[in-house]
Amino acid sequence: MMAETMTMGKALNTGLRRSLEADPKVIVMGEDVGKLGGVFRITDGLQKDFGDERVIDTPLAESGIVGTAVGLAIRGYRPVCEIQFDGFVYPAYDQIVSQVAKMHFRSQGKVRLPIVIRIPFGGGIGAVEHHSESPEAYFAHTAGLKVVSCSSPADAYAMIQQAIASDDPIVFMEPKRRYWEKGEVDTDAPLSDAYPLHAARVVRPGTDVTVLAYGPMVRTAVDAATAAAEDGRSLEVVDLRTLSPLDLGAVYESVRRTGRCVVVHEAPGNLGMGAEVAARITEHCFYSLEAPVLRVTGFDTPYPAARVEEDYLPDLDRVLDAVDRTFGW
Amino acid sequence: MDFTDDEYRELYRDLVTVRRLDAEATALQRQGELGIWASLLGQEAAQVGSGRALRAQDMAFPTYREHGVLYCRGIDPIMPLGLFRGVDQGGWDPNEFKFNMYTIVIGAQTLHATGYAMGIAMDGKTGSDDGEAVIAYFGDGATSQGDVNEAFIWATVFHSPIVFFCQNNQYAISEPLERQTRIPLYRRAAGFGFPGVRVDGNDVLASYAVTRTALDNARLGQGPTLIEAYTYRMGAHTTSDDPTRYRIASEVEAWQAKDPIARMKAFLDRQQIADESFFADVDGQARREAVHLRERVLDMPDPDPLTLFDHVYADGSPELDEQREQFGRYLASFEGSAH
Repeated sequence: MMAETMTMGKALNTGLRRSLEADPKVIVMGEDVGKLGGVFRITDGLQKDFGDERVIDTPLAESGIVGTAVGLAIRGYRPVCEIQFDGFVYPAYDQIVSQVAKMHFRSQGKVRLPIVIRIPFGGGIGAVEHHSESPEAYFAHTAGLKVVSCSSPADAYAMIQQAIASDDPIVFMEPKRRYWEKGEVDTDAPLSDAYPLHAARVVRPGTDVTVLAYGPMVRTAVDAATAAAEDGRSLEVVDLRTLSPLDLGAVYESVRRTGRCVVVHEAPGNLGMGAEVAARITEHCFYSLEAPVLRVTGFDTPYPAARVEEDYLPDLDRVLDAVDRTFGW
Repeated sequence: MDFTDDEYRELYRDLVTVRRLDAEATALQRQGELGIWASLLGQEAAQVGSGRALRAQDMAFPTYREHGVLYCRGIDPIMPLGLFRGVDQGGWDPNEFKFNMYTIVIGAQTLHATGYAMGIAMDGKTGSDDGEAVIAYFGDGATSQGDVNEAFIWATVFHSPIVFFCQNNQYAISEPLERQTRIPLYRRAAGFGFPGVRVDGNDVLASYAVTRTALDNARLGQGPTLIEAYTYRMGAHTTSDDPTRYRIASEVEAWQAKDPIARMKAFLDRQQIADESFFADVDGQARREAVHLRERVLDMPDPDPLTLFDHVYADGSPELDEQREQFGRYLASFEGSAH
């Protein structure tokens, strides 16, 4: 087992490289992904090694990126599209929900679109408008798409490869504020041994409250659990990992033990992933709940200016505040 | 263009058959057997001409009105009728038929076509006489859509082997051409850096010639072409539309005088390569095909309710399976239920 310490960005880069090596039909396409290696350097070095027909600098047109990927997929390719920032995915939204999501169904199984749409998402990077969005719910709400989000370098490395190998179209949400954080990645482990793509995972066991998170908020939840432990509260943190389909078996098992649940996401609370998860937990764990499922989320406002974003984003204190409130029933 | 007499006659047969099948579908809609129908009336020459110019290895991306192209690709005309009847979403394997599924979102298919053409080039299948080419169909209205303009950009930047075939039938539902452009549509291509040509879309021979040349240029590696087939939508946008609300009878009559089938018949007459018994045979065969189509449409079964859960995901979804099972139990709970 060869475990390397690397950033999430490097883990994604290495995973993409593995996929490009493994299958000549895999191509990477997006704005600035080739010569520049991507504005976040996630595709750094790939064009040099795989050529400009497999790592393609596209015109500045998101609908074009996804729409041509559909045609390439019909032709037999496995395109990995990069949308440069979350807030720029919307021009591609029609192609994603009207075409990518529906063609397998429209064709009654004859067309497969093994497309991955990678989106750096979330805030906490001090950016201007449209660079800190959390649009995952718009995609999770669309039947025919699968949506996942990695929270660690190890998960990023495996999940990107699994997503590329999947025959379903996958919206791959990458927590950009975590791109530079480091973790252990075993680059020798075969992909077949990796934790399943569409499975949630308990990342920190506990006994008192179940805290659910995904993407950038997993670390926030774990930090909150560390702080809570000092006050004698044991939080169990579950990384949802797959937003569509949701995998809530481990979540139900956890909530049946703890009786309390807090869901954390950056996206606005109204009609976010937390709402769906809370509804399902209420249905499946009703008699086990000591309190309603509470959600700690972004506010129902557009994402704010950088100097006040730390007040918008859920942080350790707001998670602990919600944990406290679950004891108020 | 080197047509034998027989090939001229067969083009005429295609035109008549395609119109006759289209008329049958319109009738079926009026009789409640189809939910809706998008008639190609008036556009037969553009579709048969371009459709017959395609080689077996070429790939076509239609809108939802290219029933004439479908027919000329050797595809059973029953294939799209499920979509219009409402028993399916018009699903077939694009690669099996070298003909994409009908696309209802205006212009979306032009990007799919361009991506496919990029794939052809990446596969090294351009640059020779037997290279592959793509044809993307769309209307005058679609040329305003962002996706179509993005497709032009991508095709020109990547020098893709694609023919953009615009049937300018003068209307996008009720909106006339002047609502979509200030210049003739074929001139748009120059702005993007590739050749554009206008052809009389009611002339099946000209439509064939121009399309074949453009496809051959594409397969030889010379990049994209825009063809504007100038024609007229003699019928309504669909059976839900009433064109009397926005256009006048004299305009339609003027175009009636340029009917594509009458013109081809006149050509065959003048060249003395067809006689009355041939024309009668064509009409008879077309009618028989229409009757056969009708019988099969009436025979189409409604889908079983639980099939609405099928094929949402290639790799499946446990939570959707659970939803399907729940609904199945719900249906079975009704007394006398067949489930």
